[in-house]
Amino acid sequence: MKDPIIVEGVSKRYVLGALAHETMLRERFARMFRGAFGRKREKQDILWALKDVSFQVAKGEVVGIVGRNGAGKSTLLKILSKITYPTSGAVHVEGRLASLLEVGTGFHEELTGRENIFLNGSILGMKKREVSARLDSIVEFAGVERFLDTPIKRYSSGMRLRLGFAVAAHLDPDILIVDEVLAVGDAAFQKKCLNAMEGLRSGGRTVLFVSHNMAAVENLCSRAIWIDGGQVQQDGPAQDVIKSYLTTFADSARVSADLTSVSERRGTGEVRYTSVEFLAQDGQPQPVTRSGDPVVVRMHYVASDTIAGASLGFRISTETGTLITETSTWHHSLDLPDLEPGPGYIDLEIESLNVLPGRYLFTIAATGRGGHMYDYLDNCIRVDIEPSNIYNSGRALDSRYGIVYFPQRWRLEGLKAAKTANGRAGQLDPAAEEEKTVT
Amino acid sequence: MTAEWLKELWRYRELLYFFAWRDVKIRYKQALLGASWAVLQPLLTMAIFTVIFGRIAHVPSDGIPYPAFIFCALVPWTYFASTLTLASNSLVANTTLITKVYFPRVLLPAASAASGMVDFGISSILLACLLTYYGVGIGWVLLFIPAAVLVMIILAVSVSMLFAALNVRYRDVKYVIPFLVQVWLFLTPVIYPPSSVPKRYKALVALNPMSGVVEAFRSCLFPSYRADLSLLVTSLVVTILLLIIAIVYFQRTEREFADII
Repeated sequence: MKDPIIVEGVSKRYVLGALAHETMLRERFARMFRGAFGRKREKQDILWALKDVSFQVAKGEVVGIVGRNGAGKSTLLKILSKITYPTSGAVHVEGRLASLLEVGTGFHEELTGRENIFLNGSILGMKKREVSARLDSIVEFAGVERFLDTPIKRYSSGMRLRLGFAVAAHLDPDILIVDEVLAVGDAAFQKKCLNAMEGLRSGGRTVLFVSHNMAAVENLCSRAIWIDGGQVQQDGPAQDVIKSYLTTFADSARVSADLTSVSERRGTGEVRYTSVEFLAQDGQPQPVTRSGDPVVVRMHYVASDTIAGASLGFRISTETGTLITETSTWHHSLDLPDLEPGPGYIDLEIESLNVLPGRYLFTIAATGRGGHMYDYLDNCIRVDIEPSNIYNSGRALDSRYGIVYFPQRWRLEGLKAAKTANGRAGQLDPAAEEEKTVT
Repeated sequence: MTAEWLKELWRYRELLYFFAWRDVKIRYKQALLGASWAVLQPLLTMAIFTVIFGRIAHVPSDGIPYPAFIFCALVPWTYFASTLTLASNSLVANTTLITKVYFPRVLLPAASAASGMVDFGISSILLACLLTYYGVGIGWVLLFIPAAVLVMIILAVSVSMLFAALNVRYRDVKYVIPFLVQVWLFLTPVIYPPSSVPKRYKALVALNPMSGVVEAFRSCLFPSYRADLSLLVTSLVVTILLLIIAIVYFQRTEREFADII
């Protein structure tokens, strides 16, 4: 059977600069006039959003598309959805396609919830009778029964979002294209959305899913396509692709990571991180960081100005993007004194790094008052945590057993140990067992 | 290519209805006077024009009472002018839809034309009342009124498609539209009969497709009124040419709407 999605050598060119700015009719006439007198045309800036992208998606496959911002993911989805057209190459889509590049597209403030359900459903390609048949279910999913006949300008943003997703979840397409819709909404709503996606997958539908949430991609997709610079970088099993995608963010670091050359950063830059060091408790460099080790994370920065109300911190996540923990001076309600211009550093002392061996990614951030962002480096440092004898058991525990562990010990007072034949107490004698705690 | 395009339009006909329904609903929800606006606007225009052009300037009206003469033309003209004004902005006003969802883009200007039919219906009722008041009888020519309405819609959709597409590419088009509508009104025999136009300009009047629509309305509604047949035919031909040009231009440009809007 023919694959429902076939993308053949698709390229998309955007023209920036001179021609793009010519959005006025009078300028067009002016250009014609200049042209008539033999003046040279202005140089055009050309941007290839996609370059020779080819892949096929089989029926029932759920494919995640990953890549940095501006890599061409959205352009690809727009071409597949027929919103925009490729400059060269071709796209064949077989079956009813619904694309969800935004939740609640076409909602109108003045219309009621019910009216917007019909309008939105129709825009997404549902027939009127289909919407009517699913109306009750949509309303229930969104949880807006009481406000069905209220104009949605009175809705909270959360209600609007739920309504939008409820309509989308009731589309019944053969192929579904979803772009980052899950990035919004509270945790409970995101879970609902993921469940709905899960339902789509089990329903045997073909799904193309763009997200920056690697955990969601890994969880939902069997296959992933990594797009970088408008080209397919890697196409294969989701887990492998996500791993190689995430490693590009990180500069492998054992002792210290130099961040001055990192260009992938956001923020206004009054405070910039220059490097991060991982030290032993006494401040000496620690060449190997092991599970359960005490560690001092030293973050070096440069301030270009006197900075008041800064908050410094970082996140640790797994290689597949699951956030393990986030901490910052803000989380500790620590009022930092004003930073004076010039370099400096801040230490975070961790008594015991309770993560199981594996590779972890650090995201570091410097923020100011009211959510202002000075510097933000997404997954900029990769740290390998080496195995250690964490439970004093001699067992090498690794990522198969989870991500974190807790300082712990087993208590066996309540255990009834059976007597052995010769009357001796069994092996599990609480008195004989050494108490095992983790330091 | 065009056959495919038309097939796609047919597939999305329900969305045309929903877009038009949305436009109507919002227009009447937001307007302070609601539906009465649709009644007041043409009536006031008629009253003002009657005083200025009928009473003060003494513009001839070929033996028909001036208010009836002018209102009969104002009904299609108002439909055309307001559709053109609304529709030329319809694509730009729905930027988020165009960049986020696929549907035949022509539905947006077409929906403006469709939603305008509500106001057209209301003013048609007013027109019927006015004609009864002036004791204008009904002739067999009235049978041709659906054809006149159809040509009016085709013309409004064609011109709207052209300007809506131009407006995406060139943002100053929206400043041209009000001026264009104003000039076009005076170039169309709304406030004067074509019979009063000097002979050497007659061809120019006929080339304006709205002349044909307005004259067709008068011919259908006033049994005594004799419109110039060559004018009607010329306007019809121009209308069909405009429709073809509009479809070709729209098809050629709509692929890049999402990129440049």
